[in-house]
Amino acid sequence: MRHIVTINRTSLKDSLKKPGCGECQASCQSACKTSCTVANQECQN
Amino acid sequence: MHSIIHKFRQLGMNIVLDPVSGAIHVIDDLTYELLDLYLDNDFDTIVELLKDKYDESDIKEAYDEIESIRQKGLLYSEDVYKDIDVSRKDSVIKAICLNVAHDCNLRCSYCFASTGDFKGGRKLMPYEVGKKAIDFLIKNSGNRKIVEVDFFGGEPLLNFDVVKKLVDYGREEAKKYGKTIKYTITTNGVLLDEEKATYINENFSNVVLSLDGRKDINDAMRKRIDGSGSYDVIFPKIKNFVLKRGNKEHYIRGTFTAKNLDFSEDVLYLADMGIREISVEPVVEKEDTDYTLKQEHLKEILKEYDKLAEKYVERMEDGRPFSFYHFKISLDNGPCIKKRLQGCGAGFEYAAVTPDGEIYPCHQFVGNESFRLGSVDCGIENKELQEKFMESDIYKREECSKCWARFYCSGGCFANNYNINGDINKPYELSCEMQKKRFECAIAIKAYEMLKENDIYEK
Ligand code: SF4
Ligand code: SF4
Repeated sequence: MRHIVTINRTSLKDSLKKPGCGECQASCQSACKTSCTVANQECQN
Repeated sequence: MHSIIHKFRQLGMNIVLDPVSGAIHVIDDLTYELLDLYLDNDFDTIVELLKDKYDESDIKEAYDEIESIRQKGLLYSEDVYKDIDVSRKDSVIKAICLNVAHDCNLRCSYCFASTGDFKGGRKLMPYEVGKKAIDFLIKNSGNRKIVEVDFFGGEPLLNFDVVKKLVDYGREEAKKYGKTIKYTITTNGVLLDEEKATYINENFSNVVLSLDGRKDINDAMRKRIDGSGSYDVIFPKIKNFVLKRGNKEHYIRGTFTAKNLDFSEDVLYLADMGIREISVEPVVEKEDTDYTLKQEHLKEILKEYDKLAEKYVERMEDGRPFSFYHFKISLDNGPCIKKRLQGCGAGFEYAAVTPDGEIYPCHQFVGNESFRLGSVDCGIENKELQEKFMESDIYKREECSKCWARFYCSGGCFANNYNINGDINKPYELSCEMQKKRFECAIAIKAYEMLKENDIYEK
């Protein structure tokens, strides 16, 4: 394509298939804490 | 109905994001303009509107490309998530925050804990209370193998002997139950001598050290008890720790306020001082003070993030990279939908414990009686309150359900919402605007890296 470059495999659709196992870290979105925000968090699966 | 898309320009690129699929595309100027017309006009009208500026064959080509990615489900995707039913009833506690000291050896003007005592008097957590809190965590963590204990305050190093004893106690107990505890700590660095630095480096999986940046900026807010600035005391200690720490996880964490709207200078200052892991965050203050961030500052703040993103990339190119907490984003292996619908687990995955053994949904609610969840002796008593936190997610909040950033942000911070708007479910707009800008920067940086790798970046 000449006009559009897609930069990622879409992970959001894949995220529906994920089990929601809860193994990921607890997150604090306010960043006054040591844990991750969701956007930079990786799935443990 | 089609979902909205989000377009923006950053780092010299035109970017379009499809919020629901998560697809991100870099597009040329023609496509950028075409997307404004695409949904409301047929092809011929679009050609008519753009033909003075672009070649008809180019318009056709761009139009077809848009059609093609749309058919692949990478643009204007419908929101398939809004009706899915996610239950959090089976949640377990994953992490606790131990406020081991409701006391502090600094008097920072913007402290959310009222300079350390959370308005409840200066107190240290007794070892016995800490033990019970760890028991509470282990008991309430279900089948989870890895749990976290964060030592917080006030200033946790004021109660360091108890911290060390609790680390040992937690290890033994976790072992009995086939679990591992990851320890983290947040400190202002004042008491971080060689011995403590070595201990913390060896035993803690993440360490957050508070420092605001340039000396005069730091000293204007982070004051010692006698009113003098803290920079000269903490900087050498923090620097020493960072050197010792190497690549292991840590953050130098600063706060910016209305007094340093040029906060990118503070980030760069820290980077110049050899600090590689940097997080500088907007202050949250409701009272009308000279440092409170207000709507009128927003434009300048957003521009400052733009500037920071440019510098970030520049330094990457120069071989002097640093990492800025909010510019990190995972576009590929991100979390599951459950996590994306509600990021913060305050009250049901995460809880804070006071020196008296009282349990609150998180460190920011400590001291607010109406948010008391229970105690280490009795466990969670206020189930109704816990459910309120559990039931919330992005689709329960009007603002979030329409927001393009909802799957990255996952609903923001309950405490900010409450502190500013008096309702855990009412997003704090100013913070949302800044958050969205940080996502734009983070996405653009990823896109930039990817285009560079493939040799197709054109400014
Ligand atoms: S940025 Fe604000 S409105 Fe958007 S999802 Fe986050 S909290 Fe909600
Ligand atoms: S409510 Fe805010 S400060 Fe508390 S844990 Fe959640 S994101 Fe963090």
